[in-house]
Amino acid sequence: MSVIELSYGDLALAALLVLALGAVTALARLGMTRSLLVAALRTVVQLALIGLVLETLFALEGPLWVALMGVVMLLAAGREVMARQKHRLVGGWAFGIGTVSMFVSAFSVTVLALTVVIGPEPWYRPQYAIPLLGMLLGNTMTGVALGLDRLTEGVWRQRALIENRLMLGQPWQEAIGEIRRDATRSGLIPIVNAMAAAGIVSLPGMMTGQILAGTSPALAVKYQILIMFTVAAGTGFGTLAAVSAASRRLFDERERLRVDRLASGAG
Amino acid sequence: MSDAVRLPLRLLGLAAGELPPFDLEVAPGEVVVISGASGSGKSRMLRAVADVDPHEGRVSLGNEPADSMPAHAWRRRVMLVPAESQWWHDAVGAHFENDVSGDLDALGLPSDALDWAVSRLSSGEKQRLALIRALARVPDALLLDEPTANLDEASVERVEAWLRARIRQHGLPTLWVAHDRAQIERVADRHLRIGLEGAELVR
Repeated sequence: MSVIELSYGDLALAALLVLALGAVTALARLGMTRSLLVAALRTVVQLALIGLVLETLFALEGPLWVALMGVVMLLAAGREVMARQKHRLVGGWAFGIGTVSMFVSAFSVTVLALTVVIGPEPWYRPQYAIPLLGMLLGNTMTGVALGLDRLTEGVWRQRALIENRLMLGQPWQEAIGEIRRDATRSGLIPIVNAMAAAGIVSLPGMMTGQILAGTSPALAVKYQILIMFTVAAGTGFGTLAAVSAASRRLFDERERLRVDRLASGAG
Repeated sequence: MSDAVRLPLRLLGLAAGELPPFDLEVAPGEVVVISGASGSGKSRMLRAVADVDPHEGRVSLGNEPADSMPAHAWRRRVMLVPAESQWWHDAVGAHFENDVSGDLDALGLPSDALDWAVSRLSSGEKQRLALIRALARVPDALLLDEPTANLDEASVERVEAWLRARIRQHGLPTLWVAHDRAQIERVADRHLRIGLEGAELVR
């Protein structure tokens, strides 16, 4: 089976659908026509740009370029994790903890999958490394952001309760125990649900894309399973690391709850 | 229980919030009442003694300074009961480690109170149960932040009598924040008033 080339005309036809939707939302006064069109435009521009970057990267094939791309993706993900928390840790800790835990989990799982499982030559070959890292970072980011947001929000709302537990002589790990477990769980739920629903409720996007691009379904399925497992590991370990580090940071050396280390949420 | 350790609580140059540093030694079994306008820093002083807030100065129990032990061990020995108690399990009983049936009775609570859901507790019931919960952990010193604020007159007397008996019996040095003048008369061995110039012993 050969891949059918998509022309710009074909894409323009698809764009007409979005324009039609925009016309309807305008008529229905939903007040979001503008953001719909801007988002659609951003999709085109951002993907076109990343296409250019990837074409260049694939042509260059140098390990340094791949590493540079990885770092840029990581920093962007770190910024996003920070932006998604209302009561984030101040003083660069929200960005630092999010970024470090994503680096530790997503990068090591990617490298492991590349060297041990897939094994392209050389192992950092951008056609494999970049999409894999992107998948992992994207999902780990969601898990870490959810986990940290849930943790800081929970601590913010339940600070009196945590402090009462401290006053009764509980160690800080026990006083924050439920909130911490809740936060970790909420970071893991999306990937657990995705694995449970895969193939029944939804055809995963990557697999669909591979099949559309001409890969045999059997091979696409194998890659999808690999992605699911690595994403689960990356997200899980990343969320665990981020929630643990942030929990620790919420208490000082005398096990005092330091809500003053959280942003008030106004900004 | 006769295994009480009977140690004095010593505050050395303690400064919490805007309060200037001061010294205070509370003998075993002694009640020092702290009074002052709201916002004067009474609660913050108790929080500093329990080491839940950063503070200046040192606090020690007998010859053991707070920072000679892990903070949670200190707080278990120097127990702060806040004005508003918090409950994290659904069932009242899940918050208790020991048998407290005698205390329930002494504070006018029915013996099945531990089977109740926390959501149905009145503020007065919460306050009494919080005191029982704290004392059941057998602390060596007590910090009470308006322990009878939500109680009716009959309960106030019961709680005062129960607390005083426990404090004497176990030799607990106690800091007791109170507003009510009559209560201060009844329970205070000494009285520390917090005013604009700082903390001052008036009795």
